[in-house]
Amino acid sequence: MHLNRTIPALLACAAVLLAGAAHAGVREDQLAQYASAAKAANPGFAGFSAERGKTLHTQAFTGGKPDTPACTSCHGKDPRGTGKTPTGKSIDAMAASVTPARYTDPAKVEKWFKRNCTEVLGRVCTPQEKGDWLSFMLSQ
Amino acid sequence: MNIPYRPIALGLLVLGFSALVLGRAQAGGSHFFAPVANTVVKEECGSCHLPFAPSMLPASSWTRMMGNLKDHFGDDASVDPKLAAEITAYLVANAGDQGGQRYGAKLLRGVSTTNAPLRITELPKWTREHRKVPDWEWKHKDVRTKANCTACHTQAELGYYDE
Repeated sequence: MHLNRTIPALLACAAVLLAGAAHAGVREDQLAQYASAAKAANPGFAGFSAERGKTLHTQAFTGGKPDTPACTSCHGKDPRGTGKTPTGKSIDAMAASVTPARYTDPAKVEKWFKRNCTEVLGRVCTPQEKGDWLSFMLSQ
Repeated sequence: MNIPYRPIALGLLVLGFSALVLGRAQAGGSHFFAPVANTVVKEECGSCHLPFAPSMLPASSWTRMMGNLKDHFGDDASVDPKLAAEITAYLVANAGDQGGQRYGAKLLRGVSTTNAPLRITELPKWTREHRKVPDWEWKHKDVRTKANCTACHTQAELGYYDE
């Protein structure tokens, strides 16, 4: 009797766990790619730092658009809180723990690095910067 | 035979009422602009701003806008060429001058389709409808830009722009 209900429930649990594992894999793959690119650019590269990522996220730049000097201009000071675009649209929290769907699509991650680094820094971000930033958000 | 008149009548009444409400909404009993239904368009256009209803601009405007995403009102909003083609096709097919878009057509009255205007907020009808909004309200920290429809039109995402 109860088995009829238990099996689908178990399957659902397994699916969720597997999906979670798959996500983790995608993120790690992307980080590994950034790491090898960072190593190629700088032989002294010794791994990513969430701390440097935090600095990158909060620091103000002058090379980009004046109304968005920092990542936090739109994303808000707290990575676990929501942000707001200049047109008033709410942005889901950047912290992976709060918005688990984030950083599971490498193309999307790249798209937004390209767009937002250009807006904020006035240039593309280096692989090391991307890895640092991503490490920071995954740690949050 | 025992025909259950009462449930039938009740059912018809409910049906008639929904038809009336839906009909009004679609025929423009309110300022209705069908929201974007295509998921790609929703994602690509809607991550920075409200995905504006395609019926708010003529087809020529959408083609022009999609042709220069590198400078999209000052931002580089370029997308993958394949996605761009899909987005353009959707916007053009549902543009305000494509027929059957009652409110879109009204908004576009007196708008030249050859000029391909890019800003919805510069259409004559738009300016007229918003003429009573004072300057300080546009500058309010929760509004900030005329592209922020939802700040005042709380139902804008569903296509309604009444309040």
